[in-house]
Amino acid sequence: MSNFEPKIIAFVCNWCTYAGADLAGTSRIKYAPNVRIVRFPCTGRIDFMLLLKALQTGADGIIVSGCHPADCHYTAGNYHARRRWIIFKSLLDFVGFDTGRITFSWVSAAEGAKWAQIVNETVDKIRDLGPYTDYSNLNKLGVGTITEVLNARTA
Amino acid sequence: MQELHNKIKSILENGSASLFIAYQKSREGKITPTFITKPEQSQKAYFGDDCKQNLAVYIHKQEVKNFGKVGIFANIYTLKSLLQIYAENQIRDDYLKVVTINPNGAIVEFANFMEIENYVNENKPAPNPEDMERVEKLSNLSREERWDYWLNELSTCIKCYACRAACPMCYCTKCTVDCNQPQWISTPSHSLGNIEWHIMRAMHLAGRCVECNECARVCPMDIPLNLLTVKLNDTANIEFGQQAGLKGELDYALSTFKVDDKENFIR
Ligand code: SF4
Ligand code: SF4
Repeated sequence: MSNFEPKIIAFVCNWCTYAGADLAGTSRIKYAPNVRIVRFPCTGRIDFMLLLKALQTGADGIIVSGCHPADCHYTAGNYHARRRWIIFKSLLDFVGFDTGRITFSWVSAAEGAKWAQIVNETVDKIRDLGPYTDYSNLNKLGVGTITEVLNARTA
Repeated sequence: MQELHNKIKSILENGSASLFIAYQKSREGKITPTFITKPEQSQKAYFGDDCKQNLAVYIHKQEVKNFGKVGIFANIYTLKSLLQIYAENQIRDDYLKVVTINPNGAIVEFANFMEIENYVNENKPAPNPEDMERVEKLSNLSREERWDYWLNELSTCIKCYACRAACPMCYCTKCTVDCNQPQWISTPSHSLGNIEWHIMRAMHLAGRCVECNECARVCPMDIPLNLLTVKLNDTANIEFGQQAGLKGELDYALSTFKVDDKENFIR
């Protein structure tokens, strides 16, 4: 466990958080290298299925980040995204996903330091929690026979 | 019943519809939908507390649309579905002749969706207490217990998509589960793809589901999948004060927003 390096996938919008991450780089702010950034035109464009795909393919944690409310390049994409995350988080919690592994944030183009902090804190948190296998392990599960499955359920 | 038969007969006779969708009861007591095209067949129609199926699902079918004007007998959940489908711009006001039986047993024929909206709001069904209780109970379990519960339930799904076929709110001509470029959801009936399917389904119905429970009724594996949408409806109502099937104007949680929507988890 000691040499566990969390894999974090960050879904960010082009106009704020991506630029913020860029600023962190040009300002030479050092932050954990565990994050893989995926750039989107807008947070409104981030489909919830992509988060599931990230977890399925072995991400231990996820960051979703975009422009602060009222700062969206397309005026309202982040407001739509906010509603979607409220509903999506409620669903994931209800189904029993470990939603503590998903960090949602607003990081503007001027907040390079905040970006570095968000990444570092997320990485530390996931390091403590350990690898996330609940979901990706389902890949490996065999398909039980119907009788097996039904018996397990009534037991 | 006679009154209902006469009503259907007159609707078909005076040409306000050329097809009437209603329930019928077989001699063995089985309730099925019936599609009446001739006035003299009107006595096939039946209504009772055992008529649960949500008939609104049929109005999306091309075979039904081909009839032009269509009449439909609607219980309260079917009315809610029709209203929501209307709000989503999927039917025209003059396309449907909707008939129901009110709690006093009288036949009501609606002239337009405004009347349906008023009726539905006056006769709003209370949330199913059993479902609410199960949602509450699940919410009080630990995260791990909830995961085990849903994994157990959803692993039995055989991906027959009966729940999708039966739901009047699932009317997309191309569903995400059928999309293979990219393949969002793996096709075999396997825990991983099953969970993906149910998360996707619940997300797409969040705040749109009218809680008719048709999906859970038709599920051959007895999966209580309606609890997922019941839960999300609850979230949409608490967070955004938005409820499905009560308005003729679109008021859908995920297509609108308020600048001051509140959450407590975005940093
Ligand atoms: S999801 Fe289920 S309960 Fe909701 S409208 Fe569709 S069939 Fe009815
Ligand atoms: S009806 Fe039941 S078994 Fe069939 S796809 Fe839906 S949940 Fe799965």
